[in-house]
Amino acid sequence: MGQIQLKQVSKSFGDVEVIPPLDLQIEDGEFVVFVGPSGCGKSTLLRLIAGLEDVTSGSIDIDGDDATAVPPAKRGLAMVFQSYALYPHMSVRKNIAFPLKMAKMDKSEVDKRVANAASVLNLTDYIDRRPSQLSGGQRQRVAIGRAIVREPAAFLFDEPLSNLDAALRVGMRLEISELHKRLDTTMIYVTHDQVEAMTMADKIVVLQAGVIEQVGSPLDLYRTPRNKFVAGFIGSPKMNFIEGAEGQKHGAHAIGIRPEHIDVGNSGPWKGVVGVAEHLGSDTFFHIHDTGLADPLTVRASGEVAFSYGDTIHLTPREDRIHKFDERGIRIA
Amino acid sequence: MATKASRSAARLMISPAVLLLLGWMLVPLCLTLYFSFLRYNLLQIGATPFAGWENYYWFVTDPSFKAAIQNTLVLVGGVLAITTIGGLFAAILLDRPMFGTGIIRIMVIAPFFVMPTVSALVWKNMFMNPVNGIFGRIATSLGFQPVDFFGQIPLASIIIIVSWTWLPFATLILLTALQSLDQEQLEAAEMDGAGWWSRFWFIMLPHLARAITVVILIQTIFLLSIFAEILVTTNGGPGTATTNLTYLIYVSSLLQFDVGMGSAGGVIAIILANIVAIFLMRMIGKNLDA
Ligand SMILES: Nc1ncnc2c1ncn2[C@@H]1O[C@H](COP(=O)(O)OP(=O)(O)OP(=O)(O)O)[C@@H](O)[C@H]1O
Ligand SMILES: [Mg+2]
Repeated sequence: MGQIQLKQVSKSFGDVEVIPPLDLQIEDGEFVVFVGPSGCGKSTLLRLIAGLEDVTSGSIDIDGDDATAVPPAKRGLAMVFQSYALYPHMSVRKNIAFPLKMAKMDKSEVDKRVANAASVLNLTDYIDRRPSQLSGGQRQRVAIGRAIVREPAAFLFDEPLSNLDAALRVGMRLEISELHKRLDTTMIYVTHDQVEAMTMADKIVVLQAGVIEQVGSPLDLYRTPRNKFVAGFIGSPKMNFIEGAEGQKHGAHAIGIRPEHIDVGNSGPWKGVVGVAEHLGSDTFFHIHDTGLADPLTVRASGEVAFSYGDTIHLTPREDRIHKFDERGIRIA
Repeated sequence: MATKASRSAARLMISPAVLLLLGWMLVPLCLTLYFSFLRYNLLQIGATPFAGWENYYWFVTDPSFKAAIQNTLVLVGGVLAITTIGGLFAAILLDRPMFGTGIIRIMVIAPFFVMPTVSALVWKNMFMNPVNGIFGRIATSLGFQPVDFFGQIPLASIIIIVSWTWLPFATLILLTALQSLDQEQLEAAEMDGAGWWSRFWFIMLPHLARAITVVILIQTIFLLSIFAEILVTTNGGPGTATTNLTYLIYVSSLLQFDVGMGSAGGVIAIILANIVAIFLMRMIGKNLDA
């Protein structure tokens, strides 16, 4: 079980209110990702759930019981820290066994669970090494191993992949997703990388300055962002926002269109000059200037479309993929 | 110090200092060795004939030698125990955020800056004097017989005085080490279900092992040669109750004017200190290269 409910939870450090009162419901077995720009309060929210910080007001229920005043150890949650926080003077085996030792578990049961976790995470060959003798990815796995042996009600991850290189990050992303499928345990995952959020989450919580901007599945957020912030944050490259006359034409203060929803060609309603082109092989992103709309306007074309710097290009937005926003940046249905 | 050139340049530049230090140490050491084999007493003017191992023999067989060795060990051991355990305790208390931390830290460190003679005299006259000292007054006012510190428990009294001087040193080193402990490790341990005692035992103490080693090594070196505190309080007495090796050497060479005997004692002290150092290094050295 791992159902978590935040009711009117807020957090202030001194006079500064980092998280205004918010409500959030996390279902059992869900993979929830908190995403938002740096300093928006993701870690703080996670630490509130973990019990490492006290809430200023509001309450936290875990599996239906009020856990607001319960100390971290008793909440049945396991956390993986950004710095891994491995115990440097203990071997991998002892690191993974530590929570079980603290729970005064039987020696044979401890050995069994540690061996099991080590084999699941491919750590068996390194089991007697110290953390300083491991690579970043291996350390990451030890930290996850230390979390899974306890069989917690939910896992909390605070940017666990941000210290890894790009290739390893993709690999670990898959491993964590797979682990979630296998264990079927609630996971709360903090990241500021929207690709991680989109690929891993069942449910994404977009935060800005401590406020929840939108909660929904990755495709919900992609298709129907509630406001300009979410629209700009989800999706890569960023959505293009166009204000002024073009917006009025659609009966809105501003319209948004994603780069992948604009077709390029030699004819079309919009016209501009090609600037920098980013070739990824499969796709090419063009930055288009002098359209009189937004500067630059980003469009995605298939990898083999050949336009070069300074060429004139014509663009056709897909009408059904245009998002409309009012003056406050809220989506108009 | 990566390349060959920078390494040899470094050697060249450091050599004057090394040579100076070497001379500084070697000349007195050789002189002491030389004197220790002479029959050389300042009260007997004239020849200083070669005496062989005679000085060593008489120094070691003197009954006060055994007492001095014992006292030295008790003194060093006692002060080490009090300062390391007390320092650990003080460091943990000081590490917590509290009102007036800055001032309290300065106050804790202050005793280290007081000269040994001064602190010993202050303790002797203002605290431990059975008539005028604070402890005596408190005991009297509560209706107890005041303790005559330097008469009844002389060695313990000196251990208290020296510990007072060295406690700040231990506290300071352990405090800085404690502050370098990654807070996330403690939080992770907390999440893992470790209570305060487990966090101390499994996380803090291993982290502090290296700092504790440093405290013990440095203090041992200085504590083996405690002198001023003994000179101004008990003069090594009553009897030989507070005579340590350093003080015994002082007695032979400067009170009995026997330079040869004093030098022999000095050489023995050097050898003992090195044995202790090697022993300590072996025992806890693995903490240093971890
Ligand atoms: N102990 C603290 N005391 C005072 N302010 C704090 C404290 N911890 C966090 N804050 C503030 O709370 C805000 C949110 O911090 P938090 O660490 O939750 O951000 P974050 O979303 O995790 O950012 P990042 O992506 O950079 O990790 C920040 O403005 C930060 O300055
Ligand atoms: Mg953070």
